[in-house]
Amino acid sequence: MLLNIRNLHVSIEGKEIVKGLDLSVNNGEVHAIMGPNGTGKSTLALAIAGKGEYTITQGEIIYKGKNINNMPPEDRAREGIFLGFQYPVEIPGVSITNFMRTAINEHREYKGLPPISAPEFLAKMEDKKKLVEIQSKLTNRSVNEGFSGGEKKKNEIFQMAMLEPTLSILDETDSGLDIDALRVVANGVNKLRTKENAFVIITHYQRLLEYIVPDFVHVLYDGRIVKSGGKRLAVELEEKGYDWIKKEFEMN
Amino acid sequence: MSKQNKNIALKNKLINLFEENKNSIFKNEPQYISNLRNQAIEKFYQLGFPTTKMEGWRNTDLTKALSKNYNHFFSSKQNDVDVEELFKCEIHDFDTDIVSFLNGFYVNGNSQLRTMSDGTIVGSLAKAIKQYPEIFENYYNKNVQSDKNAFVTLNTAFAQDGLFIYVPDGVEVNKAIQMVSIINHNENLFIQNRNLIILGKNSRLTLVHCDDSINQQSSFNNSVTEIFVEENANLDHYKLQNLNNDSTLINSTFVYQKAGSNASTNSITLNGGLIRNDTFVKLNGQMCDANVYGVYLMDKTQHIDNHVFIDHVEPNCSSNELFKGILDEDATGVFNGHVLVRRNAQKTRAFQSNKNILLTDTASIDTQPFLEIYADDVKCGHGATVGQLDTEAMFYLRSRGITEANAKLLLMYAFAAEVINKISIKPLRDRIDDMVKKRLRGELSICDKCVLHCGSPAKEIHFDIDMSKV
Repeated sequence: MLLNIRNLHVSIEGKEIVKGLDLSVNNGEVHAIMGPNGTGKSTLALAIAGKGEYTITQGEIIYKGKNINNMPPEDRAREGIFLGFQYPVEIPGVSITNFMRTAINEHREYKGLPPISAPEFLAKMEDKKKLVEIQSKLTNRSVNEGFSGGEKKKNEIFQMAMLEPTLSILDETDSGLDIDALRVVANGVNKLRTKENAFVIITHYQRLLEYIVPDFVHVLYDGRIVKSGGKRLAVELEEKGYDWIKKEFEMN
Repeated sequence: MSKQNKNIALKNKLINLFEENKNSIFKNEPQYISNLRNQAIEKFYQLGFPTTKMEGWRNTDLTKALSKNYNHFFSSKQNDVDVEELFKCEIHDFDTDIVSFLNGFYVNGNSQLRTMSDGTIVGSLAKAIKQYPEIFENYYNKNVQSDKNAFVTLNTAFAQDGLFIYVPDGVEVNKAIQMVSIINHNENLFIQNRNLIILGKNSRLTLVHCDDSINQQSSFNNSVTEIFVEENANLDHYKLQNLNNDSTLINSTFVYQKAGSNASTNSITLNGGLIRNDTFVKLNGQMCDANVYGVYLMDKTQHIDNHVFIDHVEPNCSSNELFKGILDEDATGVFNGHVLVRRNAQKTRAFQSNKNILLTDTASIDTQPFLEIYADDVKCGHGATVGQLDTEAMFYLRSRGITEANAKLLLMYAFAAEVINKISIKPLRDRIDDMVKKRLRGELSICDKCVLHCGSPAKEIHFDIDMSKV
């Protein structure tokens, strides 16, 4: 099993957001996590990526057989975890090129490899840019600075492609995208799917799941996964909303 | 001894030194220079060294620096120094005319004053005073605050040598002129440099001014630079400061601009015990542009103080100030930007910005951007920020596999880069860029020398790739 989350409780500033969550992801699978606003989807994503303020008070995150509860975020990344941010951060003065070269070299150093050569790096950039249809000029700009919503999300997928993670968590990568950008992003993800790597896709809408077909759909409510099913569950949620899930949950 | 007494002790010592030596040392000078010295020492006697009770010095305490024992020499001490080795310059693709100063005096060797093929005169101020009295009578000491600035009066009384540049009308000096001022002595030194730079009408000059120290000995350098930029002339001025932790540098620069001229100064402070950069710009003609930039990277108990005063006298001029600093450990900083827009200076555009990152709870900065406006049709703005490294950006970088230490470096470098990118000469920009990175990684020692002695092999910089070089 690639990722095994057991009875996870996560608090931010003393407030519990994730309240006993279980989730298992195997290599090669695509999981979709849906649910109303404020139920802990982003908190789950950031806790897996290792954000400092997200305190795990109970339970554990097992990744590749290891408990990573206390692993620093950079080590998680170098072990193959990638988070596509819901709100990618703007970093003036750091070009995407420098940023990616640094990141790749840190990954390589971790694996005991020498730094990537300039020609190899540039070839890789070109290759991955095509994957998400990024114009060349974007990569010489500062990370996310002045990017449109669509450009930011494309840039997240571009970074994912560059870093070749085993487990990718995409936090509302579809929000704010028009239909063309959505298709580009989804195509990018589909091209990166292999038997080895897995995706956890957090989304509000079934729309993205028409392009990236999930193996499992989970509904997150009040900090727990309250319902899981196949891809048809997403369609059902789109048609009926979340109210019936809430009712079901409250009755139990 | 109380603070006050310590200041007075050095003050009295200097005044006595002046009285004892004036007849022997300054005897062969033109009469008006001697008169200036006598007036200046009298003024210094009245003013004394500034104290923290004075508005412009509230946050910069000189007591410790002034209470050390310094030696004051009236002639150069250049024994036991391999001058050629000391002033070797190794910026690739950056060809400059180097003018070297050791402990405040022009380094012997080439002719003390040379006239280049385009007519530009470059060399030792001491020599120029004798050779070009008419230039000195027109410019020397004409645009300094000779009646209220204690350090200027002290400098005027004592100054013997420094850099002299005269660019004739219409001459564009192709090669940058690089002044390298090195302090290297086995005793504490009190140095008083005096520089006079004149750009004739429609001329152009790039000047790089490096202040360095070789060893860890204490020093006090009271340096005054007067710059005159005549009609439609262009000046690009860089100050690189890389001094030891026991050095004090008071660097007063006075820029006088006439109509249609451009002057840009950029102070890059990499290291130093206590550094005060006082920059005064007078825009005394229409359609002038002045840019005053600075970046400072301080740590330990270092102190940096950037004071900028821009005087908009005439209409249709613009000025732009941008200072950025990173302060680590117990470092302290001051920024004071004062823009005066006089009543006649309509259509003035003036902007000031000071941004700081404090890396520890014990580092501090006092920042005061300040506009004083008497004209009614102007566009002015100012702002200051003090903050820590952006934690969201830190997490974003780390989530991509970049270690905390490297993420911090990337963000600090990115912060400073805004000022570095304003350096218009690419080889110099690359060199300074490299020095800033080294400084941020804690690898820049004073042995690295400003722009000099870059013999230390460049380390692989993980986060750097320059697309243009690939």
